Amino acid sequence: MGRLIKELGKKELLLFFVSMAVVALQVWAELSMIDRMQEVTLLVTTGSGTTAQVLIAGLKMLALAAGGVLCAVVVGYAASLIGANLAYKLRDKLFRQVQAFSMEEINKFSTASLITRSTNDVTQVQMLVAMGMQVALRAPIMAIWALSKIATKSWHWSLTVVGAVVLLCLMLAAIFLIAVPRFKKIQTLTDDINERMRENLTGLRVVRAFNAEDFQERKFEAANGALAKNNLVAHRVMAAIHPVMSVLMSGLTLAIYWIGIYLINAAAGAEKVVLYSEMVTFSAYAMQIVLSFMMMSFIFIMFPRAMVAARRIKEVLTTEPKIKDGARVNGLPGVSGEITFENVSFTYPDAESPVLESINFSVKEGETVAFIGSTGSGKTTVINLIPRFYDVSAGAIYLDGVNVKEYAQEALVKKIGYVSQKAVLFSGTVKQNVVYGSEGRKNEKENVFRALETASAYDFVMDKEGQENARIARGGANFSGGQKQRLSIARALYKKPEILIFDDSFSALDYKTDKELRSALKKEMKGTTVLIVAQRIGTIKDADKIIVMNEGKIAAVGKHKELLKTSDIYREIAASQLSEEELENE
Amino acid sequence: MSEKENYRRPPRGRMREMMVDKPKSMKNAVLSLLRYSKKYTPAFITVLLLAIVGSVLAILGPNYVKKLSDVILEGVKAPLGVNVSAATRLCVTLLIFYACTLLFSYAQGFIMATVTQRITKGLRTDLEQKINRMPLRYFDTTSYGDTLSRATNDVDLIEITMNRSVGTLIGAVVQFVGSVVMMFYTNYIMAFAAIGVSVLGFVMVGAIIKRSQKHFVRQQQQLGEINGRIEEIYSAHNVVKAYGAEEKEQAAFSKINEKLRISGRNAQFMSGLMMPLMGFVGDLGFVAVAAVGGALALSGKISFGVVIAFIMYVNLFINPLTTFANSLSSLQSAAAASERVFEFLQNEELPDESAKKTRLTSAKGDVVFDNVRFGYDKRKEIMHGFSAHALPGQKIAIVGPTGAGKTTVVNLLMRFYEPGSGKIYVDGVDTSTLTRENVHDLFGMVLQDTWLFHGTIKENIRYNKKHVPDEKIVEAAKAVGLHHFITTLPAGYDTMLDDKLNLSVGQKQLVTIARAIVEDAPLLILDEATSSVDTRTEVLIQQAMDNLTKGRTSFVIAHRLSTIKNADLILVLEDGDIIEQGTNKELLAKGGAYAELYNSQFN
Repeated sequence: MGRLIKELGKKELLLFFVSMAVVALQVWAELSMIDRMQEVTLLVTTGSGTTAQVLIAGLKMLALAAGGVLCAVVVGYAASLIGANLAYKLRDKLFRQVQAFSMEEINKFSTASLITRSTNDVTQVQMLVAMGMQVALRAPIMAIWALSKIATKSWHWSLTVVGAVVLLCLMLAAIFLIAVPRFKKIQTLTDDINERMRENLTGLRVVRAFNAEDFQERKFEAANGALAKNNLVAHRVMAAIHPVMSVLMSGLTLAIYWIGIYLINAAAGAEKVVLYSEMVTFSAYAMQIVLSFMMMSFIFIMFPRAMVAARRIKEVLTTEPKIKDGARVNGLPGVSGEITFENVSFTYPDAESPVLESINFSVKEGETVAFIGSTGSGKTTVINLIPRFYDVSAGAIYLDGVNVKEYAQEALVKKIGYVSQKAVLFSGTVKQNVVYGSEGRKNEKENVFRALETASAYDFVMDKEGQENARIARGGANFSGGQKQRLSIARALYKKPEILIFDDSFSALDYKTDKELRSALKKEMKGTTVLIVAQRIGTIKDADKIIVMNEGKIAAVGKHKELLKTSDIYREIAASQLSEEELENE
Repeated sequence: MSEKENYRRPPRGRMREMMVDKPKSMKNAVLSLLRYSKKYTPAFITVLLLAIVGSVLAILGPNYVKKLSDVILEGVKAPLGVNVSAATRLCVTLLIFYACTLLFSYAQGFIMATVTQRITKGLRTDLEQKINRMPLRYFDTTSYGDTLSRATNDVDLIEITMNRSVGTLIGAVVQFVGSVVMMFYTNYIMAFAAIGVSVLGFVMVGAIIKRSQKHFVRQQQQLGEINGRIEEIYSAHNVVKAYGAEEKEQAAFSKINEKLRISGRNAQFMSGLMMPLMGFVGDLGFVAVAAVGGALALSGKISFGVVIAFIMYVNLFINPLTTFANSLSSLQSAAAASERVFEFLQNEELPDESAKKTRLTSAKGDVVFDNVRFGYDKRKEIMHGFSAHALPGQKIAIVGPTGAGKTTVVNLLMRFYEPGSGKIYVDGVDTSTLTRENVHDLFGMVLQDTWLFHGTIKENIRYNKKHVPDEKIVEAAKAVGLHHFITTLPAGYDTMLDDKLNLSVGQKQLVTIARAIVEDAPLLILDEATSSVDTRTEVLIQQAMDNLTKGRTSFVIAHRLSTIKNADLILVLEDGDIIEQGTNKELLAKGGAYAELYNSQFN
């Protein structure tokens, strides 16, 4: 929390100290009201005052009340301003930080966790700051001030108040000791329920095919019962808070009056009247003290949750991105679209064994190179190292003759057109998605159409309302899987990079579209180096070079026909997809 | 219709709670909930009585405090001092009062907590069971997130509101009415003064709150916008980086962030105002009572005890009003939540089949499609009169490009969906005359989307066949080549399948095949291995499936044409309709869609 508070600017800190003063003023106003009440009590009980005097005292009280509210408004405004500004800064920093992360840091936290940290956790901290400032400042000031005002009156009464506060704290502690662990468990138990219902939903066809409805319902009921039992205890305990509080407060007043009887009887003459009026004000003060302690205890409940959130935010902000930016903007002169892997090994952070081991290969300008191999063979990892989603653990990758680590990241990615395995579209228009990252080029519209056409996306885009300006919903929900993939390919083509990287981008397409797209690519992107990761033999048969990956190593390199003869692994993959006749025909 | 795309994360409970969504009909929502809670009527009546008694005690309390302070005040002026015995009697009475209040209001809270848990538990059970009684059509067109959200978020919301608000609200109503009555009973002039001033205050506060609503709406919208933005950009991290769009995204983000900063500040400020403003209304009442009461007391019209009692009445009068204001939004969202829950519970269920007497306990496997017409959307028929005949033991392959609706055939065979017209016969028996359970018993099914549940490997293989001995399970695991792997696991067949144990996609599929072996149904529906399975596992899966289909009529959804060339009948689908059928040879000779599909795969 301390570090996050540092995010506050001078303006906010100044506001904070001003608020503190204003809170003190507010407490003064509220306590003065009680003093005016005592005045009224004295006027009335001694019978010495006039109606006018009482009314004036009333007006004074009204003015004090209004002043108190005004103070509260000022503090409230300051608190919300500070909270909102802090949240703004935290969100901004978090977003910037995450943008700078490499995949290593992203995976360390997981995307889902980073999202919660940037949204819910920030809101938690904001709430604590904004609400906490109003309560946490006021309650202690009020408690101390009120205590100091009554401490001198009568130790009997003071002791009663202290006793009530102690009792209050004990009871709250007992209640929370029982309830809080159970409240903490609610989330896990709810997750269980969620999981079991989701299990039933995702397996609906299987559940019905096996007539296993009862089986699933029994499983669900077990989780449901556990949740209900847990919540029952928690809520039964929590139900005590309100009654206990209110009885404690009325009981306190009663105790003060009860003691008052004996104090008054023990006093002499005129003292009695003063004691009586003191008794009335004392109970009012006592109420404020008990209320303050109650407020503070609620802050203590909120505090741990917000602390956890603050710590989670801090974790992100203090994580240094592993990938350091280089300075080079250009490769060696006269070289374009050349890649060399030199003894590259790669181990995922925290993993024991390497995913890639001594990978060596080079790609010349304009070549098409394909990677194939079973899942886990490391083919996607190879191409992820080129745009530096990860950095190599050993060895080096040269792009246009320069180590990729020496490039400024912006310059590096400018050379590469990358299409991920899962198509990614941003909410916006088709055009915005195609020109993404390369905005403001000449002949934009014409080039967008061209990219769409090459990616076999032109026809379905033209069928949409608004054509190239058709809306794309969040996550591309209004396009089919194959369409999304073709649009994300168009995005890479529009960029006109030196190197195109397709990470298994063709699997979502049916055979026909796959074929069309590849022949269009060949025609349109002549001279561009192309790297393809693929599952289907058909997709890569015509590549200049096929690299067969197996368990993190290069098992074979060659053309389709050569590999059929030389590589067992390649033949095995081919055999599973093509029939024997077809293999013989090759 | 991929399940993963279909699934959306349910919104977080707290967020939902903050957004006040209004029910379509408050009355209907509350009525359905009440009807549902009918059997708890005695409990509710008890709660009502306890709340009334508790509140009455709370209201009568000040009256005794008044008497007590009058006695003390008399004592101040009297030479003999305070009448201790009279005062003590009043004190003891008050003590008993408070003890009763404590007892009653806790009893009320206790009962309410208990009833709430019973009701919400019941709701969740009913929702779960309802899922299994509804047609698949609903879940194929609604995201799982939506259903899950009803069972967790919405039921949670009902729970919170019932726990927190219902008891408090009943008490508040009684307190409100009671305090008004007591005020007028005690002194009507002061009652008018106190109530008049408080109401005036509330009207002012209400006006301010009403104007602040728009800030909350705006904040909520922008919070949603920024959360969506963050989710979108973080999930697309690779692409943002690869296209060097970090700065562009940062700028776009800052714009929304700045808007949220303003609206967040305003909304927070407004909600922070509530408390002090309500407090001010209380102060107003307090001042009115003190000033008017003081003046009246001076002129001897009332005793000072009345003033003290009134200070307490004003609190009793204002607190319920604050409670009403605070509960309103929570009540509204709870009503909206209960509307969503009951909307789900009132969905149409699968027709009751208890009257069906025909049973088919075993089958040779003769399957006939007779002029079947079908459309997922009644207005849009996709299968136009399909007829085919599968002889016992034959292999029927279903092929077509992705999205052609290969699962439609499965849906109809399994009666997950009912054909619009036409009949499907198994061994000459119209399947629509059988119960769904009976039809399901006839078919074993292995789907591509492997579905394993949280449980041990043994439980996953046995699934619902409770009486199958362990040996059979080991046998099945051996048949699919999993036995050796399972014995290497720490707990063998009792190893839990959870996040920690990472089975490969292929192994998962083998488990589901073993499950089908254990089920030992006369007919089979098989979905071929996914493309993400490595070659060796794929061979294993293929072998396991071949073993399974021996001697059984099987329907195979094929993803690779090479594996189905020996099928006895190939059904070619396009846009949901079966456009060609025949053997591999016949279809190639025909030179139609199948031939084109076949050739495009290899060139």
